[in-house]
Amino acid sequence: MLYIVIAFLFLAIVLYFLLGGADFGAGIIELFTSDRNKDRTRKTMYHAIGPIWEANHMWLIITVVILFVGFPDIYSNMCTYLHIPLLIMLLGITARGTAFAFRNYDAVKDDKTQSFYNRIFVYSSFVTPLFLGIIAGSAISRQIDLQATSFMSAYIYSWLNWFSVTVGLFTVALSGYLAAVYLIGETGDDNERRRFVRKARIMNVLVVIFGGLVFIAAEIENIALAHWIFGNMVSLTAVISAAISLLALWLFIYNGKKKIIRVFAAFQVTMILLSVGYTHFPNLIMVKGGQNLSLLTNHAPAKTIEDLGLGLLIGSLLILPSLFYLFYSFQKKNELI
Amino acid sequence: MNDFIAARSQMAISLGFHIVYSCIGMVMPVFMAISHYKWIKTGDPVYKNVTQAWSKGVAIFFATGAVSGTILSFELGLLWPKFMEHAGPIFGMPFSLEGVAFFIEAIALGFFLYGWNRFNNWFHWCTGMIVGVSGIASGILVVSANSWMNNPSGFDYINGQYLNIDPIKAMFNGSWFSESLHMTIAAFAATGFAVAGIHALMIARKKNVQFHTKAFKIAVVFGAVAAIIQPFSGDLSAKNAAKHQPAKLAAMEAYFHTQQYAPLVLGGVADTANKKAKYGIEIPGLLSFLVNDNFKDPVNGLDKIPVKDQPPITITHLAFDLMVVIGSALMLIGILYFVALWKKRSWLSKKWFLDLFILATPLGFIAVEAGWTVTEVGRQPWIIQGVMRTSAAVTPMPGIQYSFYLFTVIYFTLSIAVIFLLSRQIKMVPQLYDKVN
Repeated sequence: MLYIVIAFLFLAIVLYFLLGGADFGAGIIELFTSDRNKDRTRKTMYHAIGPIWEANHMWLIITVVILFVGFPDIYSNMCTYLHIPLLIMLLGITARGTAFAFRNYDAVKDDKTQSFYNRIFVYSSFVTPLFLGIIAGSAISRQIDLQATSFMSAYIYSWLNWFSVTVGLFTVALSGYLAAVYLIGETGDDNERRRFVRKARIMNVLVVIFGGLVFIAAEIENIALAHWIFGNMVSLTAVISAAISLLALWLFIYNGKKKIIRVFAAFQVTMILLSVGYTHFPNLIMVKGGQNLSLLTNHAPAKTIEDLGLGLLIGSLLILPSLFYLFYSFQKKNELI
Repeated sequence: MNDFIAARSQMAISLGFHIVYSCIGMVMPVFMAISHYKWIKTGDPVYKNVTQAWSKGVAIFFATGAVSGTILSFELGLLWPKFMEHAGPIFGMPFSLEGVAFFIEAIALGFFLYGWNRFNNWFHWCTGMIVGVSGIASGILVVSANSWMNNPSGFDYINGQYLNIDPIKAMFNGSWFSESLHMTIAAFAATGFAVAGIHALMIARKKNVQFHTKAFKIAVVFGAVAAIIQPFSGDLSAKNAAKHQPAKLAAMEAYFHTQQYAPLVLGGVADTANKKAKYGIEIPGLLSFLVNDNFKDPVNGLDKIPVKDQPPITITHLAFDLMVVIGSALMLIGILYFVALWKKRSWLSKKWFLDLFILATPLGFIAVEAGWTVTEVGRQPWIIQGVMRTSAAVTPMPGIQYSFYLFTVIYFTLSIAVIFLLSRQIKMVPQLYDKVN
């Protein structure tokens, strides 16, 4: 049952990345769209993510719940040493969640308040994935020091380091990339499609640049990133297949094959997560001095894992089909319009 | 401000705002579904307009409740990591089920809000109903997690170790039923009166009278029924507190000395120095009766509790009295409504009658806040009653006061934004929802 719980944890993280990440990305795309095209882009975006918006962000809740019920040691250490980035991420989530809802449900759509909501939405769409990435980077950067005595080393340097920050930027670029690729299929307008393709290309370049920076930062911080990714067959295969699918994506992108390019983009992100995750499994948090927090040893007592697993299995029977139907219905209806 | 007080204040602020968003977020969909049902059945377009107007309110409150809930799920760890480290595996079960219920609610809400003219009417109606049902289920689950903190079970606490953990037993602890029943009814009463009050105001102002009257009727029935049955669930809760949290009950009643024919003090202020309740009206034997079902048997007072294990008495007592006073007032207004409905229909459109409901708009939520103050402050100094002290659970990170200030600003800003949006929704009713009338 422990493995089922772990599987759900990874499923929730990956789906939050793929769906929630694309939502962040939509805000990032909006941030980098010229004023002339903003309204149009916003409309397409809203059309695409409106119905599924709230559901996409439930994966974060599922992740947190699995962590604090199943892996309380990991959750409480994360909350203690990464308090500040978690707090900033929460501010971001609050700002964009409410700004997105408010701009659509404000009964009076005047320019002044709308542009206020938009500003909050786009900036927080940048901040939230940045700090999500910083948190993810910090978890594996070995900068969390359980023996720290000073405020700075316990609560600041745990996350404020080159590696974590570049992982944050990489996450932002990845979110933007996902959103651009997803959005290509959401518009019927050729001009707009070309704009999204261009955005996807820019984001793709940024992903590569920031990815490179992550490697450089890893060198600076003495993190064996290259070894993690190229040092074992699974991670290596994952990275190579991501690269191949990237080439394929650019072959298909001009042919208007929107479904397949979405699958490719999602596949690439999943492979990136897999390649890093696999090397560290079962460790979820790597701390200074090598005493890592592992999913296989730092878990809740057996009875809790048993019940949690059962709850998740039953819950997923309810959630997954209805979520699938939600995506399916609005995808289908959007095509008809 | 020290870090411990700051952490408690931040938690109080967060819960205090979240409870309002979440009550409305779970009860409004039910009102919406009732109105939707009436539209499908009668074909009266006003009901459709009411449904659509309410659905916007639901969307606003759902979004706000979702983010404030996300904040809370992190705050448990950010502020109380030692508590979560031990309690997570024991009382986490309702949270994980709540995660599921909340997810389903979000999916159903997507279907409902964007489903107009896209789906078959009854399918569409069902999705709205699912929003309500899963919202209520979420509420019950979260409250049952809280009830575990008041009445911990499902584990053995031996030499500082938490052993033989059974999450299911913890979820169905001895207080889950009385506490979640009381909260669910309170959510209906508070939301019912708040919604009814706003529509009453619009009726009094002669704006879209037909529209607002239909909306008023649906909300008030729920609010009134809930307010009338609430005292019974309150009695259940008080008996439960007497059994499992005698210190909380004694603080609620400002009841210092254990005695036979224990009196119930109505009103009054707790004088902690002289250990008595001042300025109140004493009804001898009534507390004994409420707790023990007979007037004689003694009730444990604060003298039975070591001072270091006593909750703050003044706040707990005042909050309890406030809740009871408001609860009684709402119950009377509820009864009055039904009297008017059956015997005095002319009252329904009288100004004084509408004014009564307008005045009652915020009352239910004030009572909800007071009630949670009783629950949470009355449990102090424990975070897990009798097992872990709140002070032992707090984060080691210094400077929590700044995060407290920050969250206070955020919650006030959010609430102002919500009020602003709602007032614009109400103002736009003639243009957006009820063009004909």
